[in-house]
Amino acid sequence: MLVLTPLLVPLATALVCLLLPPAWQQRASLAGALLLPACGLALAGEVVSNGPLTVVAGGWPLPFGIEFAADRLSAALVLVAALMLNVVLLWQAGGSADAAPAAPTLQPLLQGLVAGAGAAFVTADLFNLYVWFELTLICALGLLALRGGLRQLDATLKYFVLNVFGTLLLLAAVALLYAATGQLNFRALGAATAALPAGIALPLLTLLSLAFLIKAAAFPFFAWLPASYHTLPAPLLALFSALLAKIGLYALVRTLGAVFQPAPDLLFAVLGWIAVVSMLSGALGAAYHWDLRRILAFHSISQIGYILLAIALASPAGNAAAILFMLHHSLVKAALILTAALIFHACGHYDLRRVGGLYAGRPGLSLVFLLLALSLIGIPPSSGFWSKFLVVRQTLLQGEYLWAAFALAAGAVTLYSMLKIWLEAFWKPHPDESWRAPANDRLLPAHAALGGLLLLILSFGLLPESWIAYVMAAADSLRGGS
Amino acid sequence: MGPRALLAEIFLRVLHPALLLASLWILLRGHNAPGGGFIGGLLAVAASAAVALTFTAAEARRRLPLPPTPLAALGVLLALLSGLPGVLGGHPFLTHLWFIVPLPVSELPLSTVILFDLGVYLAVWGAVGGFCLSLLAAVEAER
Repeated sequence: MLVLTPLLVPLATALVCLLLPPAWQQRASLAGALLLPACGLALAGEVVSNGPLTVVAGGWPLPFGIEFAADRLSAALVLVAALMLNVVLLWQAGGSADAAPAAPTLQPLLQGLVAGAGAAFVTADLFNLYVWFELTLICALGLLALRGGLRQLDATLKYFVLNVFGTLLLLAAVALLYAATGQLNFRALGAATAALPAGIALPLLTLLSLAFLIKAAAFPFFAWLPASYHTLPAPLLALFSALLAKIGLYALVRTLGAVFQPAPDLLFAVLGWIAVVSMLSGALGAAYHWDLRRILAFHSISQIGYILLAIALASPAGNAAAILFMLHHSLVKAALILTAALIFHACGHYDLRRVGGLYAGRPGLSLVFLLLALSLIGIPPSSGFWSKFLVVRQTLLQGEYLWAAFALAAGAVTLYSMLKIWLEAFWKPHPDESWRAPANDRLLPAHAALGGLLLLILSFGLLPESWIAYVMAAADSLRGGS
Repeated sequence: MGPRALLAEIFLRVLHPALLLASLWILLRGHNAPGGGFIGGLLAVAASAAVALTFTAAEARRRLPLPPTPLAALGVLLALLSGLPGVLGGHPFLTHLWFIVPLPVSELPLSTVILFDLGVYLAVWGAVGGFCLSLLAAVEAER
């Protein structure tokens, strides 16, 4: 039953919110959101001490029953989702600093998004995974359209078209795999696919990976991400960036690293180059733009490249690096987006050319941004350093010197885009000389949310041993250990 | 609004309850024969659509037991809850339980499955009916 809580708790909360009058929705949503990390912690504790947990809905015999399974990887991502949901709700409580409008659909959609993500992390059935992709897609569309302006609807349409293409591709891949093997359960599917001739298995797995790459916003399928993310309210943007592309990346790690391993070498070789081009194009896009949210969105693509590179290494140490990088990126990128929202609150703009003077006006915010930016670039001792270190070290150990060189080059371009934000928003004086930093009214919940996230990130950077040990064990248990 | 369709209005007095009763009958017989919550729910949507076509979409909405979205949410929640009694009995989630109630003439089999099916019925009625009535309301607005 514990395995199902990442699905049942947020889904039940969403449904209860729909039945309640608007005044009660926020309280019900908060109660559900507070329960979720407790379930995640219990799940993680159970998985760490007793190995992976599984349950088959209705007790039907395998491989026909729909199985749910949680291991260390699932538990860690469920915890991130639970944490981010609480951060968003806390941020919303203040109602300022680019918060989402309090529409009656906001809470159900938020909870539904987290339910879809949580369920995707614990399902052990390929068709079921597709269902959760659909649920997250529908809730994401609702949240994108929440503000209802022309720009939001334009972004929603772009997001919808490109993502529905990915989802349909996924459905086609699932159907073809089922036609070839007659299985959908992860374990049964893995065994049946291993028995297929390579000429059939390779195209099927390529199609499946392609669908996940679209969801993960990898080059050249990332167009939906920068086209839509910058129209979102800041807390939703933080949640999207922490969860949505991660589901695609998680599905890649789960399928290529566990279900279908050993997957064909050709697939990993192509994935490695996709990763390299994602890293570079994302970093260059971030260097080009002036809108803070666009910089951070493009930068996500570059970071997704690092995660893909680690997956392409096709080794347990590579998977461990990918998982660590996913955790790091979810937390740090969300925190940076919330920092950007505070910059917006102080200066009234996301455009770097129209903000400034924050080093004098907001010294605390400057320090927070500096810590987060250094972590994103990968300066030791930060979470970003350990994540990048694991990726690059493993790339070098496996003799992929060219990939490692590109990874370091992309890091240098990242340094430039972070430096740009620092110089423009904090260091230079505000372009309008009469500008004064506004009072920090109603910002206490926002500060608390960002502060909590920052503490977690700092503990990650300063005490990396337990995090690294956890992801190493997670990568080992992916391959059928405990 | 266009001219009234008097024949349809009078016929609907019989048709509307008949369709709803038929939808419930199909829901209940779905255990052991073709039917069930989904198809029963669609028939209930047909009943709502008939009201909307004869009168207005607003009138059809008024005759729903709940507004469409809460109706659908209640349905999914019922389906979720139907999985819980099994968990309390130590079985996996969604394991369904049967209770045979002896009656003087026959026996009445009750189960948590019917709760699940009722949930599907309400979810389909609320979701598909909501879409349907919104579209019909948009068509009415264009006239």
